[in-house]
Amino acid sequence: MMIFDNILIYFVIVPVLTLAGLALTNNKGIAAIRAVAVTGATVLVALALYLVYLFLHLRGAGDTSEMLLQTSVTWYEPMNIKLALGVDGVSVVMILLSAFIVFAGVFASWKMDPLPKQFFLWFFLLSTGVFGFFISIDLFTMFMFYEVALIPMYLLIGVWGSGNKNYSAMKLTLMLMGGSAFLMLGLIGIYFHSAPEGQPLTMNLLEIAHNDAIPHEWQYYLFPLTFVGFGVLGAMFPFHTWSPDGHASAPTAVSMLHAGVLMKLGGYGCFRIAIYLMPFAANELAWIFLILTGISIVYGALSACVQTDLKYINAYSSVSHCGMVLFAILMFNTTAMTGAVLQMLSHGLMTALFFALIGMIYGRTHTRDIRKMGGMMHIMPYLGVGYVIAGLASLGLPGLSGFVAEMTIFVGSYMHSDVFHRVLTIAATTSIVVTAVYILRVVGKLLFGEVQDEHHRSLTDATWEERLSTATLILSVVIIGCFPNFFVNIIAPSFEPVVSALESASHMMGM
Amino acid sequence: MNYSQFLMMPQELGLLLVFALVFIYDTFMPSRSQRFLPCFTAILFAIYTALSFVPCVVTGMAFSGMFETTAATWVMKNILNVGVLLVLLQAAKWSNGEFVSVRRGEFYELLLLTLLGMFIMISARHFLLFVIGLETASLPIAALAAFEKNHYESREAAAKYVFTAIFSSAIFLLGISFVYGLTGTLYFNDIAPRVLGAPSALLITALAFVIAGVGFKLSLVPFHLWTADVYQGAPTAVTSYLSVISKGAAAFSFLIILVQVFGAAYQAVWQWMLYALIILTITVGNLFAIRQRNLKRFLAFSSISQAGYVMLGIIAANVLGMTSMIYYVLVYIFSNLAAFGVIAAIERATGRVTMDDYNGLFKTNPWLSFTMMLAMFSLGGIPPFAGFFSKFFIFVGACKTGSVAIYVLVLIALINTIISLYYYLLVVKAMFIRQDECVIPTIKSHWSERLGMIVSVAGIVLIGLVSCIYVALNTASQESAQIFMLID
Repeated sequence: MMIFDNILIYFVIVPVLTLAGLALTNNKGIAAIRAVAVTGATVLVALALYLVYLFLHLRGAGDTSEMLLQTSVTWYEPMNIKLALGVDGVSVVMILLSAFIVFAGVFASWKMDPLPKQFFLWFFLLSTGVFGFFISIDLFTMFMFYEVALIPMYLLIGVWGSGNKNYSAMKLTLMLMGGSAFLMLGLIGIYFHSAPEGQPLTMNLLEIAHNDAIPHEWQYYLFPLTFVGFGVLGAMFPFHTWSPDGHASAPTAVSMLHAGVLMKLGGYGCFRIAIYLMPFAANELAWIFLILTGISIVYGALSACVQTDLKYINAYSSVSHCGMVLFAILMFNTTAMTGAVLQMLSHGLMTALFFALIGMIYGRTHTRDIRKMGGMMHIMPYLGVGYVIAGLASLGLPGLSGFVAEMTIFVGSYMHSDVFHRVLTIAATTSIVVTAVYILRVVGKLLFGEVQDEHHRSLTDATWEERLSTATLILSVVIIGCFPNFFVNIIAPSFEPVVSALESASHMMGM
Repeated sequence: MNYSQFLMMPQELGLLLVFALVFIYDTFMPSRSQRFLPCFTAILFAIYTALSFVPCVVTGMAFSGMFETTAATWVMKNILNVGVLLVLLQAAKWSNGEFVSVRRGEFYELLLLTLLGMFIMISARHFLLFVIGLETASLPIAALAAFEKNHYESREAAAKYVFTAIFSSAIFLLGISFVYGLTGTLYFNDIAPRVLGAPSALLITALAFVIAGVGFKLSLVPFHLWTADVYQGAPTAVTSYLSVISKGAAAFSFLIILVQVFGAAYQAVWQWMLYALIILTITVGNLFAIRQRNLKRFLAFSSISQAGYVMLGIIAANVLGMTSMIYYVLVYIFSNLAAFGVIAAIERATGRVTMDDYNGLFKTNPWLSFTMMLAMFSLGGIPPFAGFFSKFFIFVGACKTGSVAIYVLVLIALINTIISLYYYLLVVKAMFIRQDECVIPTIKSHWSERLGMIVSVAGIVLIGLVSCIYVALNTASQESAQIFMLID
């Protein structure tokens, strides 16, 4: 079979094999479960690193096609649905990000209890969906993997979560599935206008973009459907309300994977499907979504300031940062869009780090309320330092990933010379200040404040697997911060087709 | 008379043979071997089902155009056969139980006869033959519903079913008598050319009556009122038969009647009628399902809303819609029977059927809860299970018509899938999340029940991922498109 020659398919096969391996274990043999999960996660990281190498190698060899490593196998012939694979720079870095977070997530849930086997089964099912989404370029398979990634969240939160978990799990699932209901209609609409009259309809992204056959009046309906559909997952205001509850109730590794990877599916889908395939409506309607994402950025940051639960602080901060991703994507120039992907990377790693640390602190203190904790820097210095690094990355300290991403985004968005974009950009930049407020508040109180509970003095610092999990993420944050050009060179060229499609659409409008 | 015409109905004849053998076994075998009757029937039916898949069917008209076999009807009947086989597996242990075993033979005989009626409904090309099929498929079910006659609910279910069945048949007959009065014929093929021209009010009334008549069998809202009580009261094996097989057969014949008889001239009329019915059916079914605590009632309302989705394939009136509809019914059979398999096994062992009883089921019966979860996910349309594919395809089929009204309808249906996901997740929540309380002890299911569930789960997982089934259905629909006058 030709498809097995393509490295991309192994990003789905490896998690599925891990699932099969996990199915053979039982709950009493925790060592076997860990061994299978770690093996699966490590193989994924290795594959992802090899993919980056392969990608650079092919680009270096002069392969300039839009998507590399393309393979296509017919699946449902009557509707021309294919299992079409292909990656560009953006998908490559997203795959890399996902692999690292899955790796860190496995170690963060080392002592999962109860039912570790079932936990890892759902965890890897979620990963299967995520990887499948990033490697597909066929609308149907993309959507299928997208939903595969969503549903495990229900049980992961419902069974292993904490707090008001029933409510949060149901709310999250229904809101995300609601988004995907709009998305499904949008995709069906795109499919039926994917080719000019007389040519066979297609679900292949590249062919649809190439055909450019979606009538403008249809784009006005289909663009909001798809953008909102993905925007729900990207925590766009006012569809963000699932995010704080969901994150607060989810177990550590699930929060990591969800904020770190799953929310990125939203941003990725927005530009890959909504904007790329319907550039005309994107140009026309961008202002609505720019305002909404602008609200997300500021509102998320302000809300984070008044929370006292560590996870809620981070969840609102995620709303703010993910809003920034969508905001940058809607700026429609290469600089800002590259910044958006950097922000996805940065936020993915940083938030995963945050949630991992919060999980570890919570596992020791059994509270996430910052009013009940203090002086952690002396008690658990490793975790404390990790938290400070994550915090500094979040508020954009140069040398860490957050700075690179936000700088690129705001430079890109300031390139627009009209008042509307300028005002929004300035409004959005205020979030940097607000971010500093809530991060420093937590750092000051939690790490350097008075010890609130004498029992906390006897707590231990991180164990080896916790150190491994967090060190992986810290290292990645620093690498992106110090060597952004490596990533920019991979990402930026991938936006040329999108930007040129947008430009030609706005040019046509101008005439 | 030309006896080669009988070659057109191999599946009906095979079924009749199975029925005859079961009847002979039941009547003449000594009472000590009677308890092997369920096993005997299941094996016999399995052989028959396997044989009927052999693609040597002769297509064409028989009995001066009253009966027709096409590639599509052949496929439809095979799908029903598979479903009945699963029901037989589920019922095997139950039918050997106390109170039931004395009349076990009748259960199987009546079941097979109603299936024969459904086959006739699907293949009939004349309204009188259709009515014979409809009645054969309806009335014995009342007897089946009353099977546990020492239970009050079972008798009540039978009474409700028989009254609604008669009432709906009467309405249906009134409708076709109008058709006969206006066109002078009851042959499907002859009616279509005679009703061309401006739509007449009387024929629209007739159309409404026909839709109402079949709507009762499909339990479309507002003809659904009998459903919940009958589903709850009837023995679980009968309920599962009623909810998948009877519904599937009615959906298939509904498509054929609407498209073939009223297709050309009255398409706009019945599409609007169906449009309203679909919105009502999906929404009302969903909203009522949320409040149900008894799982059989719960699945009754869920099956009402599922029938609404099936209608989306009919309203499309094109080949893709027809393929997707047959596919949807196939997937629905597997998903619903997996759910009923679990319910039947638990009810047989413990007598418990409410959702609260299922709290913490995962702790005591992990495999049963796993099966139930897959069934719920598939019914809710979650990938990678088959339900996702069937939902997507039926929406694609409907949207192929290209009209904005249909897009709106699909949007309403999609919003309803979220509601339905809510209540399907309630079952999952009870089983997996509420682990603190377990009511149902670890039960040991019978091998036949287990086999039925394994087949259903395999179907749920594979039917979507393996595309060849859909492609085969599409080929069959393509071949029959001309006959049913479907647009491509």
